[in-house]
Amino acid sequence: MSNDDFNLSKRKYVLGAAAVLIVVIYIARLFILQLTSDDYKARADSNAFMRRIQFPARGAITDRKGKLLVYNQPAYDIMVVMQEQIGVDTLDLCESLGIDTTWYQRRMAEIKDRNRNPGYSRFTQQLFMGQLSAAEFSNFQEKLFRFPGFYVQKRSIRQYAYPYAAHILGDVGEVSPKDIERDDYYRSGDYIGTQGIERSYERQLRGIKGSEILLRDVHGRIKGRYQDGRFDQQPIPGKNLTLSIDIELQKLGERLMEHKLGSIVAIEPATGEVLCMVTSPTYDPRSMVGRQRGKKHRELSLDPMRPLLNRAVLGTYPPGSTFKTSQALTFLEEGIITPQTAYPCSGGFHYGRLKVGCHGHGSPLPLVPAIGTSCNGYFCWGLLNMLSNRSKYSTVQKAMNTWRDYMVSMGFGYPLGIDLPSEARGMIPNADYYDSKYPSWNGLTIISISIGQGEVTLTPLQIANLGATIANRGWYITPHVVKDVEDEEIDPKYKEKHYTKVSPANYETVVEGMQRAVEAGTCRSAYTPQYITCGKTGTAQNRGHDHSVFMGFAPRDNPQIAIAVYVENGGWGATYGVPIGALMMEQYINGQLSEASKAKANSIAERTINYGDYIR
Amino acid sequence: MATTSDKQKSVFHSIDWLTIIIYIALLAMGWMSICGACYEYGQPRDLLSLADFGTRTGMQLVWIGSSMLLGAVILFLDERFFDTFAYLIYGALMLLLAATPFLAHDIKGSMSWIKIGSFSLQPAEFAKFATALALAKFMNSYGFHLKGSWKNMAISLLLILLPMALIVMQKETGSALVYTSLVLMLYREGMPGFILFLGISAVTYVVVGLRFSEDPALWGLVSMGDVLVGLLIVAFVAILYFVYCRPTAIRDAMSENRNATYHSLRHRRITYIILFAIASVILHLSANTLVDHLAEHQKKRVQVLLGLRDDPSGVGYNVIQAKIAIGSGGLEGKGFLNGTQTKLKYVPEQETDFIFCTVGEEQGFIGSAAVLILFLFLLLRLIHLSERQPYAFGRVYGYCVFSIFLFHLLINVGMVLGLMPVIGIPLPFFSYGGSSLWGFTLLLFIFLRIDAGRQRLLR
Repeated sequence: MSNDDFNLSKRKYVLGAAAVLIVVIYIARLFILQLTSDDYKARADSNAFMRRIQFPARGAITDRKGKLLVYNQPAYDIMVVMQEQIGVDTLDLCESLGIDTTWYQRRMAEIKDRNRNPGYSRFTQQLFMGQLSAAEFSNFQEKLFRFPGFYVQKRSIRQYAYPYAAHILGDVGEVSPKDIERDDYYRSGDYIGTQGIERSYERQLRGIKGSEILLRDVHGRIKGRYQDGRFDQQPIPGKNLTLSIDIELQKLGERLMEHKLGSIVAIEPATGEVLCMVTSPTYDPRSMVGRQRGKKHRELSLDPMRPLLNRAVLGTYPPGSTFKTSQALTFLEEGIITPQTAYPCSGGFHYGRLKVGCHGHGSPLPLVPAIGTSCNGYFCWGLLNMLSNRSKYSTVQKAMNTWRDYMVSMGFGYPLGIDLPSEARGMIPNADYYDSKYPSWNGLTIISISIGQGEVTLTPLQIANLGATIANRGWYITPHVVKDVEDEEIDPKYKEKHYTKVSPANYETVVEGMQRAVEAGTCRSAYTPQYITCGKTGTAQNRGHDHSVFMGFAPRDNPQIAIAVYVENGGWGATYGVPIGALMMEQYINGQLSEASKAKANSIAERTINYGDYIR
Repeated sequence: MATTSDKQKSVFHSIDWLTIIIYIALLAMGWMSICGACYEYGQPRDLLSLADFGTRTGMQLVWIGSSMLLGAVILFLDERFFDTFAYLIYGALMLLLAATPFLAHDIKGSMSWIKIGSFSLQPAEFAKFATALALAKFMNSYGFHLKGSWKNMAISLLLILLPMALIVMQKETGSALVYTSLVLMLYREGMPGFILFLGISAVTYVVVGLRFSEDPALWGLVSMGDVLVGLLIVAFVAILYFVYCRPTAIRDAMSENRNATYHSLRHRRITYIILFAIASVILHLSANTLVDHLAEHQKKRVQVLLGLRDDPSGVGYNVIQAKIAIGSGGLEGKGFLNGTQTKLKYVPEQETDFIFCTVGEEQGFIGSAAVLILFLFLLLRLIHLSERQPYAFGRVYGYCVFSIFLFHLLINVGMVLGLMPVIGIPLPFFSYGGSSLWGFTLLLFIFLRIDAGRQRLLR
């Protein structure tokens, strides 16, 4: 071998080194690609995996007796993928969906508007048209193959067995951008409870979404389930709710309140369960389903009678004479009066030039008949004596705030905390309020609050709760409309007893007065020989015609139902409040109405109160 | 006189079984990758249905079986057969290559496939071993020297350039480029190292210059490509100066050339290096000018073809998807037939040019590194076998095999990993197809047969 050949043979090392170098560089590259970053894995997943959301069935809702009120019905959402829908025959599409091209253009623009649709992507399904019924959808389905980029998502919409209780049940609508921001459960196009218990029990009703991982090839075709569905998650259906509402009672209430404005609230005193919650005018919840919801909602929101307002919890009214019960309890507990204390009433309360009128009855009267006849004078004297009692309270302010504390302990002045999305607090004035309102004031200045007028306002729910508190002789459980949640305890706050500042013995006296009102006083038309009814009328003065109010409970011992009836501009409490309250109690306690009561109910249902140009 | 059975026996004993084991291991892993790349969702996963001849996996089994048979047949041939018929084989294949464009059907713009019955053959795959044989025979001639003989150099280059030109005419530029790898063999046989160096530096200038020609540098006065190429030139000049102008290097050269003095030799070498620098600048500028004179869409096309420009919908898309497929494999991979990217056809040409993606996705870092190391063993084994050949014939042929395999590995895997331009050539023993598998088997087994006869020739 020559020297030359020997030198050349050393070149094998150069060539071998080149091969080693290449392989080392490539292994290093593999290391970087495969082991240092999860980015490629994520991109591979987003390439190949299509997560298809599986929507859980929303929980069903039944009344306290197990009657199905709200259930689900299949509906169809039309989804669109912008990237894929190019070239679709728009006219044909609009025709088969029964829409016009302007609607189409506007909807497409809405979908692409990231302000209104923050989750927009050209490549994912966007809600084009929601909640088509099976009938509306069938026409479209036949032609679906002609509209690439349009997909169908099976959903369910709410269906209602009864045309009642719209405000309690609430409804379901498309999520807003704010909802999506607040809770990452939601995606654009999802549905959420927007009113009533659909909203306050959204978390329980909605269930848990499932997902299916599908494999999608490069052309977007579904090729199968990833690992035969091993990682799929079944949706968990929403929980069923049992309402405390008795739908038959609700139905009667809504019938009785037809052609009138106002509210009826009934509570089971022992549990705080709301048995019915009528607000009038109302609407048929079945009209607020599916695609007509938006239109119907707009229509109702423009109605001057405000049918969307739940007057039972949002209407704040002067309680009128029903409030006298709370005054009697306060005066008794504070020792201002005893059951035997009698005050004079000669056609009303007279003090100097101040006069609060009253109707004719015997005088002077002790407490029980004073409640029975709803004597204004008695309670004016009571409040005046309390606020001017300088041996007990050093100032009128202290006396006033003591009074206020009693009222608050009875559930007034603040929202009670019912399980509905919104509730008004009403108005219970305190000393600061009057200090800023009047340069100097005393019991006479504010005397009308003793008879439930003046600054005092309550919601019908608070009045009903007053009835429940008296029925319980001194405590109440926060009223609530949901009795049971499937597999879940209801909120412990709906089990807790709230005691007022008044002792049970004093309650007995007031109960006596309310029994007297039914048997020999203002509520005589509520009398029935079947059980002992206790009641209190109210005739709340108003700029226009007086409001007709009734608060009561029955039977006197072991009461099953406490009720408040508020009929705006209904006149005397005995005109509408008492008969409506009596019929409702009869319905609930007996489970039905007697023939005579049915006739009475029909006549009340047909009576119309003319509100003229009603503006509140 | 040795009997036939003695001869067979000696062949059997002197065959390099290690190479055959590597070959079979690569074939097995290659078939698994084909299964991964061709598997359709919902298809049964048992061996029997994978071997169904109606499917691509079954067909690949046919190619693998016939290749092994072909390898066995070659081992039973007399080794003198190849020496004797080298030029004849070369000539015949060059004629076939020349005729191919006229016989071929247009397949995606390529005119390289001849249809015989229901099968298609690509003659270009078989021209490799023929060229290697011709070069081996030519360089084995008595008194042959590559160094210092321009004539020998020119004839060797002609033997290489002829098939290249014919294959370019079939619009298979990638396959033609494979032949440039034979300069590695020429280098081993005495071609001056600086020619290899010049070649590599020229390719580097053009690729780097084009890749960064659009990025401004130095306040927009020049392009980033200009700056990088400038730095490369400085680096290369420094390397050359270090290698050739060291006192020891010059003294070594003086011992070969008695006429030269130390200083004259040093001056001459420095002059050559300066000439190299000037030529480098001229090459870079002329490449730039050439590209600048192209229309914008042509320029883009050149860059995309070289894989120098992002093109998410075209060639760039392949590279991105290949990286995603490999990168998602992780350490252990997703398992046999469990790759999603390859199975759902995100990677184009995954069973041919992009087959390495399947390895990366299904076998992970461990599997793909193992494949690369197996290839490295094969390459180093080829060097070892080539160096033990008693005659230039075997050595030249062996280095041709080495060069061709190295080039395929470099370009194919580099392309899949996003390190090399997208040039469509197969990965030996992995890519789907009969022609390339047969071609590589012939190439390798002829060398094994030559190697097995080395002792007899010595006798």
